[in-house]
Amino acid sequence: MFAAGALALLVALALALARAILGPTVFDRLQAANTVGTVAMLMLAVIGFLTGRPEFLDLALVYGLLNVVGTIAVLKFFRYGDLGEPGEPADEAGRRP
Amino acid sequence: MLADVVSWIAIVAGGAFCVVGTLGMVRMPDFYTRMHAASIADTAGAGLMLFGLLLQAGFSLIAVKLVMIGLLIFFTSPTATHALAKAARARGVQPLLAPEEDPSKR
Repeated sequence: MFAAGALALLVALALALARAILGPTVFDRLQAANTVGTVAMLMLAVIGFLTGRPEFLDLALVYGLLNVVGTIAVLKFFRYGDLGEPGEPADEAGRRP
Repeated sequence: MLADVVSWIAIVAGGAFCVVGTLGMVRMPDFYTRMHAASIADTAGAGLMLFGLLLQAGFSLIAVKLVMIGLLIFFTSPTATHALAKAARARGVQPLLAPEEDPSKR
């Protein structure tokens, strides 16, 4: 039964990869990368149960943390043009657009 | 026995939701509807699959780790989706099915 779940997740990974290849804008590709990350987390958890090695859950946790940091970092890069400085100056209240 | 049946149903349903969500990502017409479809895989697919694995794990450290993974997806997926939509809108990606918008009023 874990094998059926793993197969479904493999199909989902392939479809998300198709969108990452087809995607006309960079945001489509980023969304696909985010989905691949989520499905890969589930895949690691299911593989841990499938092979009877629950240590894979630690890998899934680390993968998820790296995935969200990567997505937000790349988004900030594409929005502001760099990662360190705010791309546009803050107004008097300290807010950035 | 009953927990086994429920967890099998949850795992298969979660896999089906993941496939449906990513299929929507391939088939939907523009970026924002694709994002809507992708959120199905993040919520229903991941939630059901982790619930099924949780029933298989029982009360143990494995269950705690599964709950941590679920909480991680629960908090980071909407954050990433929100940031993605905002960045796409700031860069001028227009919704295909919405009426045309005056850029000076944004």
